[in-house]
Amino acid sequence: MAGLEDLYREIILDHYRSPRNRGELPSPPARRVEGFNPLCGDEVVLYVDIDPSGRVADIKVAGQGCSISQSSASMMTAAVKGRTEAEARDLIRAFKAMMSIHERGLDANGDAPDDVSMPAVAGLDLGELEALRGVVKFPVRIKCATLSWNTLAQAFDEAGAGAAAD
Amino acid sequence: MAPGVADGMKLDVARVKKDFPILDRELDGHRLVFLDSAASSQKPRAVLDAMDHYYATTHANVHRGVYTIAEEATAAYEGVRGQVARFIGAPSPRGVVFTKNATEAINLVAHSYGRGRLAPGKAVLLTEMEHHANLVPWLMLREERGVELRFLPVDDDGRLVLDDLDRQLEGVGLVAVTAMSNVLGTLNPVARIAAAAHAAGAVVLVDAAQSVPHAVTDVEALGCDFLAFSAHKMCGPTGIGVLWGREELLEAMPAFLGGGEMIRDVRLDRWIPNDIPWKFEAGTPPIAEAIGLGAAIEYLTELGMDAVREHERALTAHALSTLADRHGDDVRVFGPPDPGERGGVVSFTYRDIHPHDLSQVLDSSGVCIRAGHHCAKPLMRRYGVGATARASFYVYNDEADVQALSDGLVAAAEIFAV
Repeated sequence: MAGLEDLYREIILDHYRSPRNRGELPSPPARRVEGFNPLCGDEVVLYVDIDPSGRVADIKVAGQGCSISQSSASMMTAAVKGRTEAEARDLIRAFKAMMSIHERGLDANGDAPDDVSMPAVAGLDLGELEALRGVVKFPVRIKCATLSWNTLAQAFDEAGAGAAAD
Repeated sequence: MAPGVADGMKLDVARVKKDFPILDRELDGHRLVFLDSAASSQKPRAVLDAMDHYYATTHANVHRGVYTIAEEATAAYEGVRGQVARFIGAPSPRGVVFTKNATEAINLVAHSYGRGRLAPGKAVLLTEMEHHANLVPWLMLREERGVELRFLPVDDDGRLVLDDLDRQLEGVGLVAVTAMSNVLGTLNPVARIAAAAHAAGAVVLVDAAQSVPHAVTDVEALGCDFLAFSAHKMCGPTGIGVLWGREELLEAMPAFLGGGEMIRDVRLDRWIPNDIPWKFEAGTPPIAEAIGLGAAIEYLTELGMDAVREHERALTAHALSTLADRHGDDVRVFGPPDPGERGGVVSFTYRDIHPHDLSQVLDSSGVCIRAGHHCAKPLMRRYGVGATARASFYVYNDEADVQALSDGLVAAAEIFAV
């Protein structure tokens, strides 16, 4: 049985107690996108400012949720701020791959295999995000961890659709 | 003396616990402390045995075969209808319709009575504390038929505000109200609402999913026209629920689902519906589940529903005072402060710790509570919270379970240090 220390690591608690990039941005010009977890009522509101070169110039998080969804959102903003959309999408893909490990199977004790980690993304420091890998041992909490990442993907998709329509 | 009843009205919880095999389970060295019976209760051995015995000795489809075991199965299934009627004070088994659960029972009324008898422009009166099961079917009816929905408000202590009831009843064709809130625990004055509704010419549906398992139910005393509840919250199995309705209303209502069993005659160009209650039971019904429900009713009847209610009232009072004495303002409890006004459901928040995190920490010591919006999102918005933690009690819970809950809160505070 997985222990609480697998879930509530110190880095996670630090981001929960002192969330980075918390707040709002004027919208427009920033994109405002909402994400909901219908199971628990958690909601995240992302404000994403993408500059003309396609870089995430600024990003803020509002909304409410549990320690996992809030800390994951905080880490996500720190990881993608200043990145290009392509780099951020790589991060989203890599993070979601780490979170979907349960679909590939846990061992009999409910533990993820030891060699699980974020797939390497060239030139990106994934350090802190690795702290969230313990979430896969608590399958119902995976949606908490991925909420803000899915919402960011939605922000890019909507921005792309908007650009195409312009 | 019935098993589990120590003396007079008092439950012998230590004996009751022994009736529930799942409570023997250990989780990582901790005993199972189950505080989520409002979502679904655990099952006593008697219910499990009754269903096993039925499958092992008697199973055949009902209302079809002429052979011995088919007749036995039919008699057993129909016998439970009578048990249900007696358990809720209904005059006859003919008004007892077996459904999948309380949700389906309410949908049956919304579909069959709603589409047949509620003309566009008529209103349906609900409350702000309804479970989604007694809200979404009416929202669907509004979209389809143009009926108007109105809502009795709740006050800050979780009580219905009835000051304006008579005016709100003008033009109302149906009132649908919960007997007990699954979030606030509030026991609503259903009889008073039903009397006012009848005076205004409306029929009354009671969502009794949270009340039938926990207290004496008497449909005549409530004065309702429909009553919906689920077996799985009252020691019975999942997959079966009950709609009780006044016979003259059920007779006048069109059928719900179509298929075998619910017909008297079928030709290639027409069909004639069966009598009530079978008119509303299309297809092979949940036979073993009905047997399980019958065993659950027998079990609860032996404990005594007055004793069950008194046990839960006392345990809820103990829980409220424990939370207040030990945790003070760190705990915010929702619903009426007086345990006499509420059932065994305590929704709360603790400091700024998210209910999911609370539930996760409690789980690590074997304590099961619910965290979330409890299928009552409008009510969550009314109180300005996204989610609450909820502990709910039943016949197998005791003060040690409340202590485990309280200890878990302290453990959560240590982890989150907020």
